[in-house]
Amino acid sequence: MNAPLYKFGAFGDETSLVVAFVIGIGFGWFLERAGFGNARKLMAQFYLTDMAVFKVMFTAVVTAMLGVTYLAWAGWLDLSLVYYVPTFWVTAIVGGLLMGVGFVIGGYCPGTSVVSMATGRLDGLVYVGGFTAGTLGFALGYPAFRDLLAMGDLGVLTLPEVTGVSWGIVAFAVVLMAVGGFAGATWVERWMTAKADPAARAD
Amino acid sequence: MASLTPTEPAVTTEEHAFEPRPYANPYLAGIGLGLVLLSAFVFMGRGLGASGAFNSTIAWLLSLVAPGYAASNEFLARYLDVPGHPLKAWLVFEVLGVFAGAVLSGVLAKRMSRTVEKGPRASVTLRLGFAFLGGFLMAFGAALGRGCTSGQALTGGAILNAGSWIFMMCFFGGAYGAAWFVRRQWR
Repeated sequence: MNAPLYKFGAFGDETSLVVAFVIGIGFGWFLERAGFGNARKLMAQFYLTDMAVFKVMFTAVVTAMLGVTYLAWAGWLDLSLVYYVPTFWVTAIVGGLLMGVGFVIGGYCPGTSVVSMATGRLDGLVYVGGFTAGTLGFALGYPAFRDLLAMGDLGVLTLPEVTGVSWGIVAFAVVLMAVGGFAGATWVERWMTAKADPAARAD
Repeated sequence: MASLTPTEPAVTTEEHAFEPRPYANPYLAGIGLGLVLLSAFVFMGRGLGASGAFNSTIAWLLSLVAPGYAASNEFLARYLDVPGHPLKAWLVFEVLGVFAGAVLSGVLAKRMSRTVEKGPRASVTLRLGFAFLGGFLMAFGAALGRGCTSGQALTGGAILNAGSWIFMMCFFGGAYGAAWFVRRQWR
């Protein structure tokens, strides 16, 4: 197998749009299954009563990471042909913080807002309107952000390159971190549940 | 406005066939999501995304109203400078798929509901105002951060992209930092 299939010419641009739609269906399906079309479920993460955001996200990251690691190791997937967003550390910090603050205000991120809207939530629809307006606002104000956008340019950069240890060791560390995080998250959920309702401690 | 009340947490039994089914186990949903992401890498050599579809849409809409301006706008030009129609973009079709997949899952689990998700103490007006404001802010965050939760945190996280991990940490940091200030909306 020579993957990425598209990069090796297994199918063309028209077919890639069909692939996009099918992959999108899978994406939307699992986001909805996880409960991520519901802002209350998403926001419970930040009030520590339900850590599903962390659990789902890190399980997905670990699953895909292990898959990529295995396929690349076996020689089936050429990682050099997989697109990496270049690292701009300054905008990663500014953008990440802004996204985080916006998340607890808006209740969704762009992807989950589509799921929310699709399943009938009015707040999801309004969020999509806000995101659209914000995108227009950013485009109109782009000259003011041009300098900021160029700050902290480190090019394409991976964690193994930053840390100087091998991909496999970083991947293993991510798995350990995730497993530790899952245990911690479950402990916090139980503690918060018990705090909110001492009677529930009995079971 | 009677329909605009938050749904109760999903609790279902055999007798209540019309009640929404409970959400999936987070680890199973995460594995499913991870396999979808992995298939994007294997088929396309790229990950998932969402905000890019909004950029394409805005670029296209603005090119209808003010074609000269849209083409000269550095942020939008790259979404217009594509072969064929600006909406024939990978992420636009992926997001259409997200919509379809969410409807499919929502219908099968009886979770389609015309409602507003909010905490018990928040008014619908407050919630909708915050939904708009949060979306507006996140558009700036995604544009500056070169991607959103899907394109940066999820996708870049899995391929150990350094910038994505910085983004992800700051995303959670920002959300936890701001959560206390907006608790009335959710708690």
